[in-house]
Formats: sequence, structure tokens, C-alpha cells
Amino acid sequence: MSASRSTPGIAAGRLSTAEYAANFSDVHPPLDRHEARVESDRCYFCFDAPCQNACPTSIDIPLFIRQIATGNEIGAAETILSANVFGGMCARVCPTETLCEEACVREAAEGKPVKIGLLQRRATDALLEAGRQPFRRAAETGRRVAVVGGGPAGLACAHKLAELGHAVTVFEARDKLGGLNEFGIASYKTTGGFAQREVEFVLSIGGIAVETGARLGETITLEGLRRDFDAVFLGVGLAAVNRLDLAGEGTLAGVYDAVDWIAGLRQARSMASVPVGRRVVVIGGGMTAIDAAVQARRLGAEEVTVVYRRGEDAMKASLYERQLAQTNGVLIRTWAAPAGLHGDGGLVTGVAFERTAETGGRLAGTGETFTLGADMVLVAIGQALASTSLAGAPALKLAGGRIVVDGERRTSMPGVWAGGDCVAGGQDLTVTAVEDGKQAALSIDRALRGAMVA
Amino acid sequence: MADLRTNFLGIKSPNPFWLASAPPTDREVNVTRAFKAGWGGVVWKTLGEDPPIVNVNGPRYGAIHGADRRLLGFNNIELITDRPLDINLQEIKAVKRAWPDRAVVVSLMVPCEERSWQSILARVEETECDGVELNFGCPHGMSERGMGSAVGQVPEYIEMVARWCKQHTRMPVIVKLTPNITDIRYPARAALKGGADAVSLINTVSSIVSVDLDTFSPNPSIDGKGSHGGYCGPAVKPIALNMVAEIARDAETRGMPISAIGGITTWRDAAEFIAMSAGTVQVCTAAMTYGFKIVEEMIAGLSGWMDSKGYATLDDFRGRAVPNVTDWQYLNLNYVTKAHIDQDLCIQCGRCHIACEDTSHQAITAMVDGRRMFTVKDEECVGCNLCVEVCPVENCITMVPMAAGAVDPRTGRTVEPGYANWTTHPNNPMARQAAE
Repeated sequence: MSASRSTPGIAAGRLSTAEYAANFSDVHPPLDRHEARVESDRCYFCFDAPCQNACPTSIDIPLFIRQIATGNEIGAAETILSANVFGGMCARVCPTETLCEEACVREAAEGKPVKIGLLQRRATDALLEAGRQPFRRAAETGRRVAVVGGGPAGLACAHKLAELGHAVTVFEARDKLGGLNEFGIASYKTTGGFAQREVEFVLSIGGIAVETGARLGETITLEGLRRDFDAVFLGVGLAAVNRLDLAGEGTLAGVYDAVDWIAGLRQARSMASVPVGRRVVVIGGGMTAIDAAVQARRLGAEEVTVVYRRGEDAMKASLYERQLAQTNGVLIRTWAAPAGLHGDGGLVTGVAFERTAETGGRLAGTGETFTLGADMVLVAIGQALASTSLAGAPALKLAGGRIVVDGERRTSMPGVWAGGDCVAGGQDLTVTAVEDGKQAALSIDRALRGAMVA
Repeated sequence: MADLRTNFLGIKSPNPFWLASAPPTDREVNVTRAFKAGWGGVVWKTLGEDPPIVNVNGPRYGAIHGADRRLLGFNNIELITDRPLDINLQEIKAVKRAWPDRAVVVSLMVPCEERSWQSILARVEETECDGVELNFGCPHGMSERGMGSAVGQVPEYIEMVARWCKQHTRMPVIVKLTPNITDIRYPARAALKGGADAVSLINTVSSIVSVDLDTFSPNPSIDGKGSHGGYCGPAVKPIALNMVAEIARDAETRGMPISAIGGITTWRDAAEFIAMSAGTVQVCTAAMTYGFKIVEEMIAGLSGWMDSKGYATLDDFRGRAVPNVTDWQYLNLNYVTKAHIDQDLCIQCGRCHIACEDTSHQAITAMVDGRRMFTVKDEECVGCNLCVEVCPVENCITMVPMAAGAVDPRTGRTVEPGYANWTTHPNNPMARQAAE
């Protein structure tokens, strides 16, 4: 490859094979057995443990850590997976610093929480490597449930339903299951094809049929599913992306939707084949913006700037993620909103920004502008429920463009449950999606058994 | 700088830290290294009659580890020296000549026959060593042959052999005691009766450290079989401290010089044993774990602590803890304490609560006004100290004595001033009646 970091424009192969390998290896190398023993010994086995209460899936953290401490890593994994079947991915991607590890009493005591995420990974990796199936399905109930969306919410729901003896069909629009675990999460957080291995593990319980290429509103409809199944779970995610609404968007080459760009990167067989700009501007302030920016840098982009329209405190990306971006050489600029795209010969050459300020709680442009040169622009300003996916379901109540559910994840439509990023009021995390799926499955089970008794 | 010099039965050493009779003192090269490192003395690894014993050719040691492989308890099935007597004697002589200011005591174990003891004592005397220690302690291997703890478990034998040794040598005689008995005072009294100048204790505790759950062999495993060994290291220190205290406060043995042994790892351990009347302290496992350099920490730590307390010599605090060791029946029942939790130090782990709730007196809250909060219910607290010991934060929970005149909300009784113990308590059927 003749390309290098300073090759102008968008180019693949900017780095050496060794650099790619280093840049896309595990961002947090796993603990070895001895490290895990030592770390597990730091756990105080708290009463009514704050870490467990902070976990959206209520994993019994003190118990699984004590199991690791006694050399029972498989048992530890069973404890984890019984509460969260995606415990392996959550160990990799959970913002533990704002969940279990923030609540850890050692955080209060010394500012150094027990490394719960890494311990969870140690245990779940051990179980997956051992090829152990910790679940056994209950007797078949004869009930059939449709799960729309093969991401963490849908698969967690499918798994729990299958465990409870129901027959599940998962409908997935893409050709591969996994959702954002497979297509969204930064690749250095889930190396070695882990997302697919985990999907295989989840499906290995049995009782789950999969139909890929099944897009709601196209090949399947909600009405049809309601008719053909005893219950429906919607875990469709946010398939549509917000647009900049600037001239040149969609016509200038080099302007990408960050979600699509990351999906392409995640599916690339070799990082050396993924093109990246020399100067990259990422617009947005969430996890997607950070993931895109860091991966652009790791692909060899010379300059990467994240531009967010409000202050750092308002960014959805966690402090940890922002610091990760900064240590990767990403510049984060705040209080600036995109005002125009510059192009030349059909290629993007820069982005004009207007400085912003908040007055009386309202964000407004100040009139002052600046331009950042760019040969690649990644737009990460949020996602939305795909408008087509729920066509024909006007009875489904939405709030802020997302599906409204109750505590049991029931939608306004009888027989239809929902969870994950597509529901209103969520935190857009893998772990909350898993909990939604699990709670919905338990609620569906209660409903179906109630009907059976009746 | 405190003066750590020690005079134990006339045996002088620059500090009280001796290496116990064990692998570290089996040969000249080790002992020379130890003296260079600063050890005040050694008890040479136990000599026996020729032909020398043989050791197993498989593993000799087993251990209990903490999470980070910290060695907490140690176990061995090694026997006495497996080298010819002549070689040991030559080396002892050479070492003592090269290091005249250090204590060199020689440990001995021969069959329970007067001639055997007489013969070896004569040869040992020629080395010009400072004294002998009679090994009546080893609980494994040698005991099967009627030596070691087989002698130490029979006070009459102890007395008999001690008497022979005192008759046949001018050297000071120390009797090393086994803890594998029911009451340490009996063997100590026997040693005194036999004329021994001092006792040293404890030797190792009979033990099996673990079982291999694949092979079901005890560890250390010799071709699939194991034998009990002798347990030592930090885990046995409390056992040793109690036995030293028992001898130090016994009416018959009080004042008998003691060389203390048992899990001594740091200067603090050493200071505690000296406060319990030890004249010198002997160390083995700590040296076998970390090497001889640890004596630097021990010397510096002990003398630094003595300086901070104003103790110029070891005699200034030796035995100071002995009068405070008493029988349960004499403990002051008017001393009423309540646990107190410092909310600023509390990290909210809740261990105090669950320990008290599940296993003791239900005296610590988990929730106050709907908030996670751990406070002591004085009306339930018996002052047992369990919460203090399970709390991960030092000094977060303390036991606060109640003032005389206050009413204990648990019992409803007024805390009486002064001292009262079980011997006069009305619930005691054997209570001494107050004069009518």
C-alpha cells in the first residue's frame, strides 16, 4: 500500500499491518486467572450490594465475584448469565464507571472500584470457551412468540422465552443477528468475532427460529405477526438516522452517516480495506460520535475533530469515552453547530460551523463562524425509529418518536411488547436493552400462562 | 537508638532475632549469609546420631495462601538434618569462631537413652557453641521413632532427658516444646523440674494443609500419598502467643526464660512476644518466604518503636503484657461497651449489618429513614466486637465503654462503678457469698 497517514483525501491502507493489529486489539485486555483472583479478593461481598442495585439487569455481582475467588469461574458465569444472557458483551461495553463500578463501596473508600466489568468478562469468557450450556428449556408450552429485531433486546427476550418453554421466531432485517453488538459497537471493544459467538451461544438454548432479511413494514407486518403469533416483541432499534439538513448532504462524496460507516467497518474483513479521510470531522456528541472518531484515528486519520453543539457536560458520551477519544488524539470542540458543507468537484472539503451559546436555556447561534477543512465528514447526530417499520400500526403510542411502554414493557397495543433503543425513556445501552427483553419475556410468559389457565 | 542487645541464659546476641532450628540453619553457608544479613543468632538445625536420617525425595512443603499467593500458613514433612554429624560439627565450630558475637545454639534429637545424649553433648561441646536446644517438638517422622514430639508429649520423659543433659554438659539447656498437647504448662513444668534453663516454643502444629481434589491425595503429595506435617507461619502465631503467656503466668514456671517461636514475621510480632516475656524470638517461615533480609525490617521496626515509647532496652518492656493476661472469671463484668460506627468513615458495605443480623444480635440497622445507613441499636448491642472485626475500614467501628452511672438500654441496668467479676456474680452457683 502506498497510502500513509498524510495521503490526502479518503484512502484505505494508511497503516502497517502491525499498526492495524495493535489499534484494533482489545482495548481492555482480559484479566488472567491470577489477576482475577487478586482482584476478586478486593470485593467485600457487601450486604444488599450497591453494585448489584446499580446494574440494570441486577446481576448478583458479589456472588459471582466470590465464585471467581474460589476458582469457580463457570459457576460465576452461570450467576451472571442467569440475570443477563449478554453478560459477555456487557462486560465489554457497559459504562461500568457510571453503573456498578460507580456504586462499588471501594469507589467511595479509595476511588478504585473492584474491576467488576473485567471480572465479569473473565467468567463469561471461561464459560464460552468451555462450551458449556448453562440453561435448560422448560417443557414446551405450545405458545409462539414473534420477536422483531435480532439485537440485544430481541435476543434477550427470545432467550428468556425459549427458556420458559415458548417457541420463538426472531425476525431480523439484516442478514446477520446481533444488532448494534454486531454492527455498532467499536471494534476494539469486541474483538475476535465475539458478537457472533455470543449470538450463537444465546441461540444454542434451542427453541428459537431465525428469519433474516425480514423487514417490518416490508416483508412482515405487525398486524400479520399479531395474527400469526400469541405475542409480539418489538426490539427494532432506531434504524433511521437524523440528517444535517444542509445543502450538499447526499450529493457531496465524503459525507457519511456514522452509524453506517461503523457498520461497514465492523463487517470489513480487514481494517486495511476500510477507507478513512486524512482530516475527519465528526458531528455529534454521543457514543456513536466518539466510536466513529476513535476508530477513524485508529485507521490512520491524521486529524479527527468531534464537534458538538453544546458543552461537554451535555454530551451523551461518558467521561470515560471522551477521555478515550482524547488519549487517542481526537480533538473535541464544543459550542458549535454545523452551518454548511463545502465541496469541490463533488467532494467534501470542509464544514462551516456557527458558534453557539445557551441563553435562558435556549441554544442559539452567535453569528460567529469558522470552517474546519475535511475530506471526510461523519454525521452522528442521533437516530430515530424508522418511519416505515411501524406502518400500519397507528394504535402504537409514541413519545418523542419512540414507543411508549409500561413497567412490564407492554405497548399500548394488546399483545405487543417492546424494548431496547426503540422505546421511550431508555438509556440506549446494551444492558438496558437486555433488561427490557428479559422483563418483556417474563411479562409475556405471565400473560400467556394466564391465558392458558383461563 | 534503642539497645537491642540480648543476654539469654548468658548467651549474648546483638539483637533478639534468632533463626529457628530449620532448613535456614542447616549448613555453614546459610548461617554465614544469615549473620551477614544481621541475624542475632541461630539455632542450628537439629543434629541426630549417625547414620543420618533420609528425607523424602518428593515435595516436603505445603502451604495455605491468600488471594495474591501470600503465604499464610506453612507445613513441612522434612526431618532433622540429613548430613553426617561430623560435617555439621565442623561447620558449627567454624561459624562460631568466625562470628563470636552471635548466638549459636545447637538443636539435638537422639533416642531416649542417657548414653546417646551424653555422647552427643560431649561432641557438641567441642564446637564451643553457646548452648543446646532439645528438640522435643517435631510432630512428624521422628515422632514415629519415639523422638521429637513423642518425648514432648510425655512430661516425665521431658524431665528425664532434661536432667540427663544438665548432668552431662556445662552448656545452657533449652527445651523446645511441642504444641500438640492439651496443656502446655505440664511439659514446661517438667522441663523446669528436670533442670532445664529455658523453654522455647512452639514447635510446629500437626497438620494436613490440603487435599488434592483430583487425586484425593493430601498435600504435599508423595506419589499419591501424604503424611501429616508440622504447621507454622503467620497462622500459628496466636497459638504460640497463648502458650507463651500460659507459661509466663503459671505459678510454677513464672520467670523461666522463654525463647518464643511461632509465626513471627514482623517486628510487631516480635515485640508482642517480648512483651509476653520472651527473652529472644526465633524465626523460620518468614525467612523461608522472603529471605534473610527481613531481619533489617525487624531490627529497624523494633528499635524505632522502642524509641517512640522511650524504651532504652528490651528489659524496659519485657513481660509487660503478662500481668494483663488473666482467667475469664476475673474479667470485669462492669465494663460495658457499645459499638459505634463513624458515619464519615463508613463506606456502606453493610458487612457489619449482615454479620450482626444473621449471626449475632440484630443490633445494626441497614436502613434509616428509607436511606441505606448502618447504625448501632444500643438496646440490642452486647458489645461483642464482631462488627469491628468484619468492617473493612480500620477504626470505622469502635467499642465505646459506657460511663458508670449510665443505664444500659439493652439490660435496663445502671452501669456500676468499679470492678466485679463472675466469681461474685449472683448467677454463678459457685459464687462466693458476701458476708451476711
